Amino acid sequence: MKAMLKNVVMAAGLACSMAALPAFAQGDIPRTPDGKPDFNGIWQALGTAHLDLETHVARPGPVVEMGALAAFPGGMGVVEGGKIPYKPEALLQKLDNQSNWLQRDPLVKCYLPGVPRSTYIPYPFQIFQAPDTTLISYQFAGADRIVYMDKPDFESQVDSWMGHNLGHWEGDTLVINVTGQMPDTWFDQSGNWHSWKMSVEERYTLIGPNHIQYEATITDPDVFTEPWKISMPLYRRIEPNAMMLEFKCVEFVEDLLYGQYRKPSLE
Amino acid sequence: MNSRLITLAVSMTLAATLSAQAFGAETNYMTPRNEWGQPDLRGVWNFSSNTPLERPAKYAGQEYLSAADVAKIREEALAEIARSDGNSSQGGVGGYNQFWIEGVPIEENTRTSLLIDPPNGRMPKRVPGAPIAFGGLGPDIEGVLPVRFTVGGIGKDHPEQRGLSERCLLGFNSVPPFMPSMYNNNVQLFQNKDHVVIFNEMIHEARIVPIDGRAHLPEDIAQWTGDSRGYWDGDTLVVESTNFTDKTQSFRGTGVSADMQLIERFTRVSPDQVNYTFTVNDPKAFEAPFTVEVPMHKMEEELYEYACHEGNYGMVNILRGQRIEDGTYIDASGN
Repeated sequence: MKAMLKNVVMAAGLACSMAALPAFAQGDIPRTPDGKPDFNGIWQALGTAHLDLETHVARPGPVVEMGALAAFPGGMGVVEGGKIPYKPEALLQKLDNQSNWLQRDPLVKCYLPGVPRSTYIPYPFQIFQAPDTTLISYQFAGADRIVYMDKPDFESQVDSWMGHNLGHWEGDTLVINVTGQMPDTWFDQSGNWHSWKMSVEERYTLIGPNHIQYEATITDPDVFTEPWKISMPLYRRIEPNAMMLEFKCVEFVEDLLYGQYRKPSLE
Repeated sequence: MNSRLITLAVSMTLAATLSAQAFGAETNYMTPRNEWGQPDLRGVWNFSSNTPLERPAKYAGQEYLSAADVAKIREEALAEIARSDGNSSQGGVGGYNQFWIEGVPIEENTRTSLLIDPPNGRMPKRVPGAPIAFGGLGPDIEGVLPVRFTVGGIGKDHPEQRGLSERCLLGFNSVPPFMPSMYNNNVQLFQNKDHVVIFNEMIHEARIVPIDGRAHLPEDIAQWTGDSRGYWDGDTLVVESTNFTDKTQSFRGTGVSADMQLIERFTRVSPDQVNYTFTVNDPKAFEAPFTVEVPMHKMEEELYEYACHEGNYGMVNILRGQRIEDGTYIDASGN
């Protein structure tokens, strides 16, 4: 009886972990002529990861006039284990960031979002896949990443906002290692941050024709006690007329950034 | 067969051959195919040029430089370098811009003008009354809002008085169409089954071009870089763009981009060269359409991230400097 129960529990556990990933990967997925999984298309995340990666309860927004629209709904979060493993002093910095969110969040200023944040902000992105050089283009701020599939030894030349992106295949999973990111990007609207030492390993796995299982493992010895992982599905934008239209947000933040330097009116 | 026709055919073939030679095309070059079976244009291409847009008067009627012309131009350039000894025109140490100014050897493009149509290599006349505004690196110019040019400004009262490149809204060489400029003349072409991306390094401008036959955006939907659709004409990629905003110019200081139709053609003529040809048609700005051809050369290097807005200390300093000069500066940080 006891042994049977144990078997049932084990089987249930196995079923759960199968459901988490590989079971879906067996399904029909589109492939490029060279036989690789075909990630071409427009994709977008759903959920509240862009607000807060960690499990969070609803809280008010910072703009009185925007009322419910600027408030954060609760969400289960996307961090494996629920919490980001901050070092104690780094956690204080996060909390400080959080209480000064609007003043400090680089996205408020239309800055390039960095990786992984670009993936799960509520804007689409489009993948243009090629055997040697793949482009990922994001609607927000017209951010782009050029992913080199054939240059495993190509080192980052200079730090950048969208990082130095080297890709390779592990079976049907597209793995992108991202280094050389500026320390100025954040993870979400809750002040979660990193240093220039961050490296990110992203894993993209098609779990059907219209879904990607996305995982990112974040390593940053200055800020976190250990590497930590986020995961979430990405959804294909299946509207027949889906297109990424321009979002040059610079023109919408000039007043915010430069308003204090405007010539005072004579009135 | 009529002998005049034969003569015409022969001379056309000859002209085509000469033209092909002048542009470095290989005879019988077959454009390679990508994994989708399309002509493969992918890669990083450099569109630097030392050829003027318009044909100088001294070359009137002459489409290509002769070998003697090329030698003379090179001699003059070397003499100029020797004379200035790397110093700036104002004296003192060399202008720091010299470090990254790029061009190509004149023999890479022996055309006397980038303009190939009209055949005289000169811009068509402007339509009387068309808006004209040239910015530039010198003092601000007199002008009105909106500022549609890219470099310079009409004042320092607020950011909207500055050129579009200073505001990091458009790259000064990538507007579209893109044109050779002092530096950063790099474009990377990406292709998949149903899209092409024209990615200018300047302000990381990625223009996404569907080639799946879908319709243009509705007429009232306008974008800074327009709305581009592409198709294959033989081995040439043709990109037609409309739906530009009214916030930029058509071309060269003239017109309003909303009135412009742009047709770009990309033809790979050798392993190391793609010819970029564009035609601007804006009947409200120019009395005739015109066509420019720029040979682009393969780069075995990678693009860098041109994060313009994130590092735009220039805008702050231009405006803050003027406020300090005006005596109206308020330091919000209380310092």
